[in-house]
Amino acid sequence: MPAPLIWKALPRAMPKITFIQPDGSQQAVDSDVGITLMEAAKIHDVPGIDAECGGACACATCHVYVDEPWQDKTGTPNPMEEDMLDFAFDVRDSSRLSCQIKLTPELDGLVVHVPAKQF
Amino acid sequence: MSSEASPAAAAALIETDAVIIGAGPVGLFAVFELGLVDIKAHIIDILDKPGGQCAELYPEKPIYDIPALPTVTGQELTDRLLEQIKPFGAELHLNERVDALKRLPDGRFSLITDAGTEFITKVVVIAAGGGSFTPKRPPLPGIENFEGHSVFYSVRRIEAMRDKKVLIVGGGDSALDWTLALQPVAKSVTLLHRRDDFRAAPHSVEKMRQLVETGDVRLMIGQVSSIEGEGNQLTAATIKGKDGEERIDVDAMLPFFGLTMKLGPVADWGLHLTENLIPVDTEKFETSEQGIFAVGDINTYPGKLKLILSGFHEVALMAQQAHKYVHPEKKLLFQYTTSSSNLQKKLGVS
Ligand SMILES: Cc1cc2nc3c(=O)[nH]c(=O)nc-3n(C[C@H](O)[C@H](O)[C@H](O)COP(=O)(O)OP(=O)(O)OC[C@H]3O[C@@H](n4cnc5c(N)ncnc54)[C@H](O)[C@@H]3O)c2cc1C
Repeated sequence: MPAPLIWKALPRAMPKITFIQPDGSQQAVDSDVGITLMEAAKIHDVPGIDAECGGACACATCHVYVDEPWQDKTGTPNPMEEDMLDFAFDVRDSSRLSCQIKLTPELDGLVVHVPAKQF
Repeated sequence: MSSEASPAAAAALIETDAVIIGAGPVGLFAVFELGLVDIKAHIIDILDKPGGQCAELYPEKPIYDIPALPTVTGQELTDRLLEQIKPFGAELHLNERVDALKRLPDGRFSLITDAGTEFITKVVVIAAGGGSFTPKRPPLPGIENFEGHSVFYSVRRIEAMRDKKVLIVGGGDSALDWTLALQPVAKSVTLLHRRDDFRAAPHSVEKMRQLVETGDVRLMIGQVSSIEGEGNQLTAATIKGKDGEERIDVDAMLPFFGLTMKLGPVADWGLHLTENLIPVDTEKFETSEQGIFAVGDINTYPGKLKLILSGFHEVALMAQQAHKYVHPEKKLLFQYTTSSSNLQKKLGVS
């Protein structure tokens, strides 16, 4: 059987994500695709992402603000996420729960801001 | 949920074999395992319902790793556990927080709840999970100065709000229920929510909208950005909305942002703690105090996994040791529920 060639066609599967803290400090991480933004933050010990419920969209402690140019790509919260955002503090139009953002190769370069408080 | 001091004479005293602190899945299954070894238990929880995290945080979400139940929601799991422990007739004390736990001179333990109930028991099973559920405090600078005086997370007496300018924050049932309940007595009620969409029951949303229509309730869409006051008296709140900020006069604020788990009183019982968890051995799941066990999410040991199934295993082993303290004169035989007529009698199936 010939070796499968298909993997060559796949895009680079390590999107780079930049987390910006309220004090302006930045942390760029290389993440796997298929996991969530929250998981990427936890794996790389990004401060300020608590994720108390472990990614079940059952708390609001993985709240982030998506940087303006990326908002189209990350999309808008579904109704369940909107409901949970009621439990977050200082919710803005750019607010998302990072456990609800699946990382794809298209999100390579994504920039998000960590809020000052997770409640 | 805090204590309204009840006179000592009126407070109940309950003597029992075992008290389980926390009615989460692990506390509930502890009733079963203790029941099989003839230990009768009382179970206490600060919530108004059993089920702990499963019932409070994710009643409708499916759990996929309960052995033999390929999928079960948090609420179904709770309901099934309640059915399974029914034969043992454990008394469930809800809306009560265990505040104090101490050893008595005779070796038994005394537990006192915020409702003033005292339990005297031979063994204590701490199944307190992530701690007691407490209302979330909005991270507004200075808010703690007003708590209990002009910022409230629950209302004990409606009369206390008479003629006050009340600001209610939130979009769920608590926020809406209190808006409707306080509107007739308060001087004014402002309901503030971050969006014009409410999670509360449709009929209360409907009623609220009518009151807004008639000018009896003010609805604001936005979020509190700061609060001010003197001493413990709140005087104003600044609300940030789509079209800028507005400062409104406020005598009392009621924020409803759900519940979070705080270790709470467990920290004050003199038990050895590691990072807010109670270290136990993995043979008996006993704490640094003989006769006090810790099971489920609240405990820690090498390799601990905060899973429901781990908690179920822990209570089975815990019960073996508890039996030694409660029935020291009796020898415990290892038996299967499938084949032991003795166990089946306890379960009411034979
Ligand atoms: C969103 C989410 C999804 C999850 N999914 C899974 C899963 O798929 N599989 C899995 O195995 N686990 C899952 N878990 C974890 C699981 O829910 C916990 O492991 C489990 O609830 C622990 O049970 P417990 O009985 O030890 O404690 P808890 O469920 O935390 O219950 C403890 C109870 O003790 C009460 N309490 C505490 N202190 C006091 C006091 N002083 N007085 C009175 N009452 C007190 C609390 O009010 C609470 O009701 C999930 C958790 C969350 C949040």
